[in-house]
Amino acid sequence: MKYLNEYRNPELIQHYLTELHKRALKPCTIMEVCGGQTHSLVKNGILELLPPAITMVHGPGCPVCVTPVSIIDEAIFLSEQPEVILCSYGDMLRVPGTQKSLLEAKAAGADIRILYSPLEAVSLAAQHPDKEVVFFAVGFETTAPANALSVVMAHKQGIHNYSILASQVLVPPAMVALLNDPENRIDAFLAAGHVCTIMGTDAYEPIARKYKKPIVVTGFEPVDLLQGILKAVVQLEQGLNQVENQYSRIVTTEGNRKAQETIDAVFSVQDRNWRGLGSIPQSGYEVNEQYQHYNARMKFQLHEQQVEEERVCISGAIMKGLKKPFECPHFGKACQPQHPLGAPMVSSEGACAAYYHYQPSKQQTPHLS
Amino acid sequence: MMHTSCPIPKFDFDIITLAHGSGGLLTQRLLEWGVFDLLKNDALLQQHDGAVLEVEQKIAFSTDSYVVAPIFFPGGTIGDLAVNGTVNDLSMCGAAPRYLSLAFILEEGLPVLDFWKVLVSIRDAAQKAGVMIVTGDTKVVEKGKGDQIFINTSGIGYVHPKAYIHHQRIEPGDRIILSGPVANHGIAIMSRREGLEFETTIESDTRNLNIITQQLIEAFGDAIHFMRDPTRGGVATVLNETARQTNWGITLQQQAIPLEEQVEGACEMLGLDPLYVANEGLFLAVVNRQSANAFVSMLKAEKGFEQAAIIGTIVEEHPGTVVLHNKAGGRSVVPFLTGEQLPRIC
Repeated sequence: MKYLNEYRNPELIQHYLTELHKRALKPCTIMEVCGGQTHSLVKNGILELLPPAITMVHGPGCPVCVTPVSIIDEAIFLSEQPEVILCSYGDMLRVPGTQKSLLEAKAAGADIRILYSPLEAVSLAAQHPDKEVVFFAVGFETTAPANALSVVMAHKQGIHNYSILASQVLVPPAMVALLNDPENRIDAFLAAGHVCTIMGTDAYEPIARKYKKPIVVTGFEPVDLLQGILKAVVQLEQGLNQVENQYSRIVTTEGNRKAQETIDAVFSVQDRNWRGLGSIPQSGYEVNEQYQHYNARMKFQLHEQQVEEERVCISGAIMKGLKKPFECPHFGKACQPQHPLGAPMVSSEGACAAYYHYQPSKQQTPHLS
Repeated sequence: MMHTSCPIPKFDFDIITLAHGSGGLLTQRLLEWGVFDLLKNDALLQQHDGAVLEVEQKIAFSTDSYVVAPIFFPGGTIGDLAVNGTVNDLSMCGAAPRYLSLAFILEEGLPVLDFWKVLVSIRDAAQKAGVMIVTGDTKVVEKGKGDQIFINTSGIGYVHPKAYIHHQRIEPGDRIILSGPVANHGIAIMSRREGLEFETTIESDTRNLNIITQQLIEAFGDAIHFMRDPTRGGVATVLNETARQTNWGITLQQQAIPLEEQVEGACEMLGLDPLYVANEGLFLAVVNRQSANAFVSMLKAEKGFEQAAIIGTIVEEHPGTVVLHNKAGGRSVVPFLTGEQLPRIC
């Protein structure tokens, strides 16, 4: 637990909170981009400890939440093919598609396996040459290298019964899309630490400059988050708009070159549909021409069916910092994790689901607000 | 625990077949040379359709089924769970377990040696808990219709005359005591599950709780308001059920909840919250405020319970809700899980 306990140290947490209460006098709105950060802020009860001047806005960085329903449907369709073993990260299983979730497809007999690594799926393909193994490759830049590596490894080992259904999205284009919206109220960003571990921090320099917003690359533990928020507050106070690295124990400017090369070898950048945000140019990865044989969409000739999103969801307003989850009339009523009406209620890393689970609304538990 | 000291008798078969469940000669051989010989006692040896027992006082009665995979895991077997699980359910009712039934559903193709190892672990666990297996059943299902071994046990225990355990006795101010570190069993199982294997020395906490709970009831009587063992769904699920049943609130101090570093690390790695991970040798007790410290002291003096601690309090605020005061100094709700805990992507 080294490198974790230090960042959960109660005295340090108190120190940074005191500092924030001293420094954060002018109102400001800070977005934490990554769902892991949202989860940590809410689960550790940090939001209610922050000074009232700071409003945290929860960004689009939950890969489970932003995966369009149409891709969930594709995964379910594949899992129901008798020759297919569909492998997935655990938290994709409960996400409802149009008709059902992967968990329900599994109960009805589909062969669906929860894995921690796509390389296990490649081994599974080697063990079952009579089956088609498909890995549901969901995630941001963080999961992309391992997903790409699985394709490279399968190719090297001559395993042809393996493919991936990619739903890979990219953080910087989503930040730009939010900033381009004139309604947005974001003053500063906490960039996603793990995404930057892979990609480095260079991509954020032009965003910070163009939009004049401080961007602090931040980790996930309470001390990380408080340090990140403090750095953002200090920059705002001094009128700066720099890219700063709070997570320097892991993140470097150039990122992980090897991982980037693997991504570039297998994926190409494409326009992508995001649940809750719509289509964003050049915001996702798809398996490139060279590795087409490992693209489940090609192999099974899938044609993405456009699924109309529920119009009642205010996720756009939540991500722009205009509204809080419990200001939505459907929050916790018609919209719950079992039947989400929009992206942020889908996984516990989405803002609405995090509030629903760990910090119910004012009406439900007055003691927590 | 796995015991190898008990050599397997010479059967003239290596694997379980459908014939072993047919009731014919092979069933007889399996039972006589295996089950009856190993678990023998007067009631079982009657080999009747059921056991006839003398019962003179208030009894508790409980049943549970065991389907764990893998059937052998660090720190125990499905056989240990089948005995300890029902023994512990009876213990939570304030009862001293006496008699167990034991029913197997075996999958065709199961190696007889594996069945033997499970039987030996059942015998040892029953001896340790001081319970007699008095009746049972063995069925065999076709390959693919089961998963090696399923076990059901039911049990009868005598309720301690001083025990007065009911959720309606829980009141604000009561302290919540946890008997040891959380999540060891669930993580030990995960470490051996297909596709997830990782190197660890974490062992299941499976153990019988009847002896310690009877001692505590003898010493503290009706100061013990409630007891539950947080098995499936873990501590968080049991406390949520308790909060809802009583409509009182529960506050927990994260700092006080015993959690071994290795288990905490594995939970971090697997993306699981230890409060929802299963335990098989833990109990939660709700004890009145005045007796709580003495209760914990007595518990801590017993081998295997050294890490027992007061982890929370029953409160009037936030009825029906469990709130965790975490190490960071913040608060968050400990929610009911929607379903099984699924590992997160990142």
